[in-house]
Formats: sequence, C-alpha cells, structure tokens
Amino acid sequence: MLTPTTNVDDAVVAEDLSRRFGQLVAVDHVAFSIPRGQVFGVLGPNGSGKTTTIRMLCGLLEPSGGTARVAGFDVRTDPEEVRRRIGYMSQQFGLYDDLTVGENLDFYSSLYGLGGAQKAERARELVDYLDLEERINQLVGTLSGGWKQRVALACAIAHKPTVLFLDEPTAGVDPAARRRFWEIIYSLAKSGTTIIVTTHYMDEATRCQRLAFLSRGHLIALGTSDEVTHQFGKPTIEDVFIELQRRDEGAQV
Amino acid sequence: MSFVETIRGSLLWPMLRKEFIQMRRDRLTFAMVVGIPILELVLFGYAVRTEVKNLPTVVLDESRSSESRGLITTLEQTQYMRIVGAVGSREELRSAIESGRALAAIVIPPQFHIDIKRGRTAQAQVIVDAADPLASGAAISGAALAATISAARLAPPPAGRAPPLDVRVRPLYNPALRSAVYIVPGLIAVLLSITLLLVTGISIVRERELGTFEQLVVTPISKTSIILGKLIPFVVVGYIQMTSVLIFGKLLFNVPIRGSLMLLYVLTMGYIVANLAIGLLISALVRTQIQAMQLSVFFLLPNMLLSGFMFPREAMPVIAQWLGLTLPATYYLRILRGILLKGVGFEYLWKDTLVLASMSLLFIFFSVTRFRKTVQ
Repeated sequence: MLTPTTNVDDAVVAEDLSRRFGQLVAVDHVAFSIPRGQVFGVLGPNGSGKTTTIRMLCGLLEPSGGTARVAGFDVRTDPEEVRRRIGYMSQQFGLYDDLTVGENLDFYSSLYGLGGAQKAERARELVDYLDLEERINQLVGTLSGGWKQRVALACAIAHKPTVLFLDEPTAGVDPAARRRFWEIIYSLAKSGTTIIVTTHYMDEATRCQRLAFLSRGHLIALGTSDEVTHQFGKPTIEDVFIELQRRDEGAQV
Repeated sequence: MSFVETIRGSLLWPMLRKEFIQMRRDRLTFAMVVGIPILELVLFGYAVRTEVKNLPTVVLDESRSSESRGLITTLEQTQYMRIVGAVGSREELRSAIESGRALAAIVIPPQFHIDIKRGRTAQAQVIVDAADPLASGAAISGAALAATISAARLAPPPAGRAPPLDVRVRPLYNPALRSAVYIVPGLIAVLLSITLLLVTGISIVRERELGTFEQLVVTPISKTSIILGKLIPFVVVGYIQMTSVLIFGKLLFNVPIRGSLMLLYVLTMGYIVANLAIGLLISALVRTQIQAMQLSVFFLLPNMLLSGFMFPREAMPVIAQWLGLTLPATYYLRILRGILLKGVGFEYLWKDTLVLASMSLLFIFFSVTRFRKTVQ
C-alpha cells in the first residue's frame, strides 16, 4: 500500500526519502506520490519529521538517502529548477518585518523573475485576491498573525507555482482567518496547484483530500481520511492522532 | 548589454534594493555607520597618547642662579616636563617620586653656575621614575634634547666659529611627535574591520535566526546574488566611514594626506574584500548572532593589538610579530600610513598590496565554498 505508483503527472514523488542528523534518523525511508491539483496533508506529532520532509522536497535540506521529484525535477540534481516551480511558506514567519507589505511582495516577485508590467499586474491581482489593499504600505512587523500569513501566501504564490508547500500555515491564526485561508487553498487547488500542508488542527486534516501520517520519521499511514481511520480502527482522525502520540510516548519511555 | 543592465537583469538588483531599504530603516545600523567613526576618532585621537608630555617634575636647585633657572625654563619649554614644585633636599626629592607626586626630578648642584662661568663642563642631573619605560624613555630623550639646547645657549661659541655642539633630533613624518597623526590613519583600518567583519557576519546570521533566510533561499536566487547583495552595501558603508575619518581627522587633528587619495581608495578595496570574506566565513561557522559577535571579537582584538595599530610591531616578541603577519590589517596599515603620512606611491606599496590581494582571494575562496543555500 505504501509503494508509490509512479506517474508522470504526479506533482510530487518521494522514494525512500531519508534524512539523518548525526545519530538521529529524522525521516526514515518515506515514500509517497501526490497527483497534480491535490490538497495533501502531512500529519504527525511534534518531531515526527514533517518539517524535515517538506524541507527536503523544497531543496532546503539535502536528503541523506532516497530521491524526490517535485514538479518533474529531481531535488538533488536540479534544485534550482524545483525552486522556480514551487512556493513555500515556512513554519517560522519568513518575510521581512522591516519592509512593508508592498515591498515584500515586490521583492519576492522580483526573485521569482517577474518584472515590469507583468510584476505590477500580478501584484494587482494578488492584492485584490487577498484583500491586501489597505495594508499595502504597512510594515509587515506591525501586522497581526492572520495578516502576516496572508502576505506570506501572496509572496509564495506570486509566480503561480505548480506545487505549494505550507508548513503549519495556520499556527497562531484566529478561526475566521483560518476559514478564509482554507477557501483560498481550495481555490488554488481548483486552478491546478498541488498543495502540501502540514497541520496540527484535526478539522484541517479532514479538509485534505489525502493524508500522510508520520511517526518518528516513519510513514505509517497514507490515504483519504476515511481510509486512515479505517486502517487504525478509530472513529475519527483525531483519535488516530492521539493513538499515535500515545505510541510515540510509550516508545520513548 | 551593459554591465548595469546585466546587474538589473539579475536577481542581485532586488537583493541590493532590499538591503539598502533595510539599512536605511534600521536606526542602529545607521547610527553605527555614521556615529562610530566620529566617536572612535574623538576617543582615540584625544585619549590615546603613546608619547609622554607634561611629566610631573620637581626641582632641586642648589645653584639658585640665573643659569640654573635658565636650564629649568628650557626643560619646561620642551613640554616633556611640567614643574610641579621645588624641593629642598635629596630626601624630599626621593619622597616626591616615591609618592608618585612627581615622575621626574631635576637636580642642579651648587657649583653649576660657577662651572659655566669658568668654562668647565657644567653638570645637572635628571632623575626619572623608570617604572614606566614608555614615559621615562620619552622623558630622558626630552631632557637630553633640552640639555643640549641649554648648553649651546649658556655657553655661546666664540664669534665666527661653529658652536661646539649641535645635536638635533628631527623626528621624521610626525615632527611634533603627536599620537593623533599616527593613530588616526590606523583608525581607518580598525573601523573598516569592525564594520565589515562584525556587521556583515551579524547581518547574515540574523537572517538565519529570524527565519527570513529560509524563505529567501527557497527562491531561485543564486548563491552569488545573495552574497553580493549582502556584501556590496557594506563596501559602500566602508568607503563612507573611511571618507568621514579622513575628513574629521583633517579637521580635528590636522592629520596630513600627503600621497594620492585615488591610490588609497583603490588599494583599500583589497582590505575591504578580505574583511568581508572573513565576516562571511564567520556567518557560515556560527548559528547565532551572539556567537558571530564572539568570534568576531576573537579576531578583532589581535587585529588591533598585533597589527601595529597602537604599538609598533618591531617592539613585539617574535611570535607576536609572526601572528601579526597573518592579519590583513598589518599590510593595510602600511599602505595607509605610507600614503597619508609619507606620501609614497605604489612602487613602495606593491608588496603589501600583493599580500593583501592574495589573502582576499584565499578568504573569499574559503567563505564562498562554506556558504550553503540550505538550512540546518
């Protein structure tokens, strides 16, 4: 069941992906594939290897073993080609606090190769799409969590990436802003963007079309929300999660 | 396509624009760039005195003659000594020096004026507290100078004949033996290394700490553009600092600019690149801003002490001299003082320039290969 079916249309294919930090095996032979346009959730307790997996797929971290193809390119041999085609929102807010919303957007659009009229037009689109108009000249450091996240998303999708990685995008964001955020995620997916999202919120997990459960670096479940609950014999995803966490803690003692 | 267009077309351009906007907004960095040169200039220019002047001196005048008073006045006029009082006996003299009230004493024996009048060699004694070798060394040479002048004046040679004694000490390059003239050019070297090494290192590590580095390196921007975008603004800052030290050094301390400024600005590039590369290397070796600061200080301290900025390298133990040879500042100081104080040209400086350039290339090679577009 865990063996990926390699398909040229798949946006992300990970095979035997591993990463060690000294003695610690953070990610251990993880394999999955994600078709184009899917909203794919990566779940697991803290320290299960979610962020490490995402970072390897983005080319931010070199895998210790295995391979991964993202948007048709190998993250090991063609990391720059991968970077051109992906968007990434890190867990830790990564925009410049001492630049305004407009300046951050302009900076990242430029880095993704937009220029001139094309850049201005795309900025217009994003500002309308994410309602950033009234904040455009505000320093990012003075924004609330929800607004920061929206600006970070604008910067991550400025170049219309084919694959979008979101590492705990809604941590510290109020419920209304979270709902609005997910509406945007769905509309992006509908337009063909593949979305990989890690989350701690179980209601968000059930919004994903497919889920991968990680526990101490191992991929232990892969499938739709229903398939995963069925596999563990639990009524809800939340119960599966708690069960996993209990096993993890048991293993540590 | 012109060079400017190439830069504009590359991702270096947005990176540079971003760095300059941030630098303008960051009051602390801005204050450092503008304030530190002036602060250090005043601090080092006024406070650091490696030459000794106004050494507190007591007088034991047993001659009590116009000749003895003339000698005392001459000694005081050299400004090496400042008369702080007269003493009546050898015991009083001793206690004045032991208590620290005086660091030197002049003893003029009773027969001083008689000897002069009779054409015999007149003797006077200068006693110096030699516990501080720097102070006493200067005082001894000052006293010798004053005595020579006095001797010539007190015993004028017969008309038409040259004076029997004519010893003149003529200090080269720094006739007034002022520290500021020696220290201020060196200050450029120290300031540049503080700004370029410390601030550059911190600026990169800060991005790592804040998490903005992760967001930056996930874009298609090249390693070269990130490095150049980070470093070029500090090259500009370095030249601004250098220029302000030159201007204020001239205004406040009358530090001369005898050689070609153009040559100085060109040769300074080698020193700037060497320091930036070390800053970059430091940023690659550490994880936090505090560590970057510690490692920088570890480098900056020998840079100040062993390069010849404050103390002459010739006076150092051999090991310290060897260590000094590994520091870019050692070579840059020679270039600075050579051009500013001696007014020499490239024909005297090419060796230092060559060493500096080789060091720059070596440091750049190490730091660029250590720089990774990945996160830990």
